[in-house]
Amino acid sequence: MSGWRWGFLLLVYAALILKTGAVEHGRTQPTERISGSAGDVLEDDPVGRLKVFVYELPSKYNKKILQKDPRCLNHMFAAEIFMHRFLLSSPVRTLNPEEADWFYTPVYTTCDLTPNGLPLPFKSPRMMRSAIQLISSNWPYWNRTEGADHFFVVPHDFGACFHYQEEKAIERGILPLLQRATLVQTFGQRNHVCLNEGSITIPPYAPPQKMQTHLIPEKTPRSIFVYFRGLFYDVGNDPEGGYYARGARAAVWENFKDNPLFDISTEHPTTYYEDMQRAVFCLCPLGWAPWSPRLVEAVIFGCIPVIIADDIVLPFADAIPWEEIGVFLDEKDVPNLDTILTSIPLDVILRKQRLLANPSMKQAMLFPQPAQPGDAFHQVLNGLARKLPHEKSIYLKPGEKILNWTAGPVGDLKPW
Amino acid sequence: MKLSALQQSYMNRRNNSFRGPAPLDSSSDGSIKSPSAIFWLILHGLCCLISLVLGYRFSRLVFFFLFSTSATNLYTSPFRSATDLSQTLNFHSNPIVNPELPFNRTAATTTTTAAVTTSSSRVVVGRHGIRIRPWPHPNPDEVMKAHRIIERVQMEQRLQFGVKNPKTVIAVTPTYVRTFQTLHLTGVMHSLMLVPYDLVWIVVEAGGVTNETSSVLAKSGLRIIHVGFDQRMPNSWEARHRLETKMRLHALRIVKEEKMDGIVMFADDSNMHSSELFDEIQNVKWVGAVSVGILAHSSETDESSVLVIEKKEDGENPSMPVQGPACNASNQLVGWHTFNSIPYAGKSATYIGDRAIVLPRKLEWAGFVLNSRLFWKDAEEKPELVKDLDSLDGVDEDIESPLSLLKDISVVEPLGSCGRQVLLWWLRVEARADSKFPSGWIVDPPLEITVPSKRTPWPDAPPELPSNEKVVVGVQEHTVKHSPKTRTPRSKRSSRSKRKHDTKIVDTQLPVRHSEQN
Repeated sequence: MSGWRWGFLLLVYAALILKTGAVEHGRTQPTERISGSAGDVLEDDPVGRLKVFVYELPSKYNKKILQKDPRCLNHMFAAEIFMHRFLLSSPVRTLNPEEADWFYTPVYTTCDLTPNGLPLPFKSPRMMRSAIQLISSNWPYWNRTEGADHFFVVPHDFGACFHYQEEKAIERGILPLLQRATLVQTFGQRNHVCLNEGSITIPPYAPPQKMQTHLIPEKTPRSIFVYFRGLFYDVGNDPEGGYYARGARAAVWENFKDNPLFDISTEHPTTYYEDMQRAVFCLCPLGWAPWSPRLVEAVIFGCIPVIIADDIVLPFADAIPWEEIGVFLDEKDVPNLDTILTSIPLDVILRKQRLLANPSMKQAMLFPQPAQPGDAFHQVLNGLARKLPHEKSIYLKPGEKILNWTAGPVGDLKPW
Repeated sequence: MKLSALQQSYMNRRNNSFRGPAPLDSSSDGSIKSPSAIFWLILHGLCCLISLVLGYRFSRLVFFFLFSTSATNLYTSPFRSATDLSQTLNFHSNPIVNPELPFNRTAATTTTTAAVTTSSSRVVVGRHGIRIRPWPHPNPDEVMKAHRIIERVQMEQRLQFGVKNPKTVIAVTPTYVRTFQTLHLTGVMHSLMLVPYDLVWIVVEAGGVTNETSSVLAKSGLRIIHVGFDQRMPNSWEARHRLETKMRLHALRIVKEEKMDGIVMFADDSNMHSSELFDEIQNVKWVGAVSVGILAHSSETDESSVLVIEKKEDGENPSMPVQGPACNASNQLVGWHTFNSIPYAGKSATYIGDRAIVLPRKLEWAGFVLNSRLFWKDAEEKPELVKDLDSLDGVDEDIESPLSLLKDISVVEPLGSCGRQVLLWWLRVEARADSKFPSGWIVDPPLEITVPSKRTPWPDAPPELPSNEKVVVGVQEHTVKHSPKTRTPRSKRSSRSKRKHDTKIVDTQLPVRHSEQN
């Protein structure tokens, strides 16, 4: 009997020890679980939750364009191409359109590049329109819902507004034919014409292998306080400043150019990735558009992103609680950036770093080839799955038409 | 995106009209010109002409005065609603707000070209002011706070990615009072002050504890055990090495008596330690060995001695010999790299302060680290010591390195990726034993030997009073550099002007002076 008693006491004692050990261990855990407004969904597996049908378009919409200019695979808009490749070989793909929940149209609208490598959006509306005309005439699924269960990847500057200049983009608005479809885009700004309700924001494409090769040991102490490399004045287009970045980048320069805590310059160093890993804060101000690959780089390299873009909508905003991970700054508060950053409590900073260290956070920002669980492709599918089941109201009665096929600027109506 | 701007410039180069539509851009609406558009066009042209004449753009100021709002309100209401925009031309923007307008950085105005359709957005497209605060320079309070943040972040990094449960570092340094002591001891002290772990510094001083050494050590803020050793430091290198060994054993005795827990490392006062050394020695279990770079230095600038150094073939690096553990391909300790002193036979220094090369022993104590529990009487499971420390007291036998203390030297762990990293450097640089130096390195009272200066470098110096000269010369040495640069009427005096170029000779004429810089 006493043996049992001793055994029991020993068990209790051991449990206590282990428990305290676990609590202590938890305190120094380097990462923390991430759960956004949609819950703890970063690691969800979309397989089995949705089915996607990929339209077979003639290769002039995708393969031939890529063949003409293979640079499209490396620039920051390459997500559209890699999404197509991922879906072709993914288990969510179905060859039977009757059972599909979502329909995908593989058209590479951002692959018409200038000699410098910048995409020209002028033919994109016509290309998209022609693709939609094709799918609506060859398959009945477009007309069934007028595109409400279709999704398109439009990673350009202002998404489906198809222009690089904001005023023109606002003037054009989203392509009328895409009004009911779900848009997967990098641009996100609240109360903006070019962001539809229900769009899914994705991060811009950043080459995963290139970033992997520049990793430095994690115990290298972070000694830079604030880091930024990029333009402050776009001398070619806006020499005085004020237009570019709504004056925010110029304000950063003018206020902090002689501040030793701010390592900011327009140079392009070869150690850019390594330097980000030695910095505590990385500035991610808006440029001509509010989004930038800097956010992806900051997350991968564990540097807390300081986002200076009013009303911006960050990637996967319902799955990732960006408020807890990054620091948001109004553009009007830029002159007080140093005060704001130094007044963040230490435990908040350490918590942000723990959240950033979470591998599922880093994985969610990347487009690796081949796809890995939890990466950006899967987050897009998760986002699409969260929108299911479709409401009955999206199915139109026969003969009912909502979209206006002749809306938009006259030039868009020309065939592609 | 900034890329869009480049695209824009590309397109602008292809267009004629500034900010007009690209020919490919199909958003133009034909060529309907409303009267108001023509009016704005004419006004725009007029403004351009006036600006051309004046040489700067003035219309923004006009606008500012006409429509100024309070200084904090930077956005004025849009002139047209979005619905109007869709019907107007490509030249839709408010013409006063062309980018040609003058831009006053601190002016608190802006105008808008297009508002967002929904009224709830506060973000407006168009030109904005660049906000600059009244004094755009670093604030010292902020800088201090930021440094504290960085320190805390680095501490967290060390906790997570560095050594878990770091042990106290026990540094053992034998020293004695001599000319170069301050130089060497300050170097070691600064290295130890930067160690991020707990540290105890045992300083054993030959000839007893002195104020000289204490005053140097007091600046460190470290935990120091400063003990004296009864013998005085002898003058020959051989004897010095032996006495240093005895002093180290004395320190180990203290470790044993105080039952200190930590890692003992030997920081000789003239050696140089890298900060990675202190991180690496945390990995030791009982006895560790690191690679030591040997800087065998001689003050001879003789060709032959340099050649001898070059021809040395010792281990990986023929030009700088390295002492330490040698490993085979599977990272196991198989032997030792030692210092090859054969080329120097007969040419090495015997007395401290000799001009010949000072040679190290076969294996220096500095290359070994020991777990302090080795010396505890009753520690569990430790490698056996050959002899107990107490029995070594008074023994004349020379213990060359800690290896002689161990029974079984195969337990030695090679550190620094199996000896491939050189983590510290051994150097012995000393002045002659009879060299003098001001105590505490403070020149007060005046030195014993003073040489009055015969030719002052400053032509206009007051009549030489013996008592003033020493002060003046010190200051003159400092300002010597300035005199050639100043264009003074003194230069016109032919007799003195030649002396301007003698400034450099002044130094060699005053070999024993020390400038009173402080």
